[in-house]
Amino acid sequence: MSSATADLERIAAELRAEVIGLSHRAKTPHLGSSLSCLDLLTALYWQFLRIDPANAADPGRDRLILSKGHAAPALYAALCARGFFPRTLLEEYGRDGAALAEQPAPGCAPGVEWATGSLGHGLSAGVGLALAGRIQGRMYRTVVVLSDGECNEGSVWEAAMFAAAQKLGSLTVLVDYNKWQATGRSNEVMALDPFRAKWEAFGWESYEVDGHDFAEIAAALACAELPGRDKPLAIVAHTVKGRGVSFMEDDNNWHYRIPNADEVAQSRRELGVDQP
Amino acid sequence: MRNAFAAEITKLAGQREDLVLLSGDIGNRLFDKFKEVAPGRFFNCGVAEANMVGLAAGMAACGLRPVCYTIASFLTYRVIEQIRLDLGYHHQRVVLVGTGAGLSYASLGATHHSVEDMGMLRLIPGLAVLAPGDAMELRPALRAALEYDGPVYIRIGKKGEPVVHEREPEFRIGQALTVREGKDAWILALGNVLPLAIEAAESLAAQGIACGVASMGSLKPLDADFLRQAFSQSAVVATVEEHSILGGLGTAVAEWKADWSAGGAALIRCATPDEFLHQTSHQSSARVWAGLTAERIVGRIRENL
Repeated sequence: MSSATADLERIAAELRAEVIGLSHRAKTPHLGSSLSCLDLLTALYWQFLRIDPANAADPGRDRLILSKGHAAPALYAALCARGFFPRTLLEEYGRDGAALAEQPAPGCAPGVEWATGSLGHGLSAGVGLALAGRIQGRMYRTVVVLSDGECNEGSVWEAAMFAAAQKLGSLTVLVDYNKWQATGRSNEVMALDPFRAKWEAFGWESYEVDGHDFAEIAAALACAELPGRDKPLAIVAHTVKGRGVSFMEDDNNWHYRIPNADEVAQSRRELGVDQP
Repeated sequence: MRNAFAAEITKLAGQREDLVLLSGDIGNRLFDKFKEVAPGRFFNCGVAEANMVGLAAGMAACGLRPVCYTIASFLTYRVIEQIRLDLGYHHQRVVLVGTGAGLSYASLGATHHSVEDMGMLRLIPGLAVLAPGDAMELRPALRAALEYDGPVYIRIGKKGEPVVHEREPEFRIGQALTVREGKDAWILALGNVLPLAIEAAESLAAQGIACGVASMGSLKPLDADFLRQAFSQSAVVATVEEHSILGGLGTAVAEWKADWSAGGAALIRCATPDEFLHQTSHQSSARVWAGLTAERIVGRIRENL
């Protein structure tokens, strides 16, 4: 493992512990969904996105939309650790009157680009951001993180076809393919597979990666850097719901369950982070 | 009205670089001039209205002023959640222009009737709902919509409607436009029924009844000052619209009146009934079905005088 990858692993472990603590303290669900996309967010915020926490509204910044809004704690934890806002904001998560709600509200905190929570909206919004960049002559990249269950929504595929027609090479999708949606196995509810081939058939350059392998994620994201791109890029990231905690992994009860104090302590031991 | 829309949006595109036009695969040739004037700022978004409105919100977030144009029924019913969340909740300055609104496309069947659109959109916080009365009123309404601090829905008719205003009126969002004064009764017209309202008022005038006519081009926000005046000074106020009796102008005025303690004029609501029109009908016969004729409006006002 390279030292850069080791750093990302350490950051991701700390973010996981953070997200588990947030769920425990605020009594909010969707922990499994937050943990499955956490390595993707870590790779994006620490390696890929050209962003400056001190100038979060820079018109030339790269944009990330977390379209699966129910994983908001993962987004908040990443933005906070990346320096977009102080810890005090994160600690108020979920309380009455707090800026950070269970799902992100418009303009709730620096770095949150779009309010999500109803699935199937983020990709269209991202297409709009990317097209605006083209119209206004700005070179930024737009990244949208989707859930696999979200791809049940027809609007995702409307946006996918339109982005390909517009040759939106500045647009990248990462699908957090954790194989579960709220109440069932994704492929039993809707036939997503062959998932990567679907994106390919919709006119996207597409890759499949292990969504917990930073080297693979980085290699796929590197394709977004190639000059003269005329296709949007889709990265189908195979992930595990509840990743990082043995008793949560691939157990869909953790879509809604909230960890108790013992479970928080055990999670932290498994993640190898210090006790608070 | 749609030709006036195309002409005005093209003119505006030459004046402001932030204007972007999105079409839901309609308006064949209508926007050829726009594409010349503003290359790179016209997008045929296909038969995918939800994506069109969602991406418009994204564009607006970057400081552009997108205008989405397609048939009113498809722009509203199908897309209501994008309108509610991506436009309303995000407070994005996107203008939605629904063409063929009301019974304009009556002959195409209920799929193309939009007589519930305003009832739905009026519920969305921060979204202005406009229905200009003719092509003259549409132009300033469009300009006002682009300056409005929030999303706007404009419902327009088709082509070739009679023009009422001799010149462009001074259109302001939140203000009724008085077209004709009158002390005995008022007809408040919403959108493309404005010529019908004038016909009814002229008929009443011939019978010695002074009936005013106002174009309620701004359904939301509603002009409460004007309503206070109309209900105070006359005996009957009639609302007329190619929209359901539920949720449109008649409802908005009734809601306003319910909170107004001064009593005043009787309210008559002329609108389409709360049912689908199943029978093949052109716009004129659909209006007869709905009781939207000058004769019927005049009769109902006289009954209440």
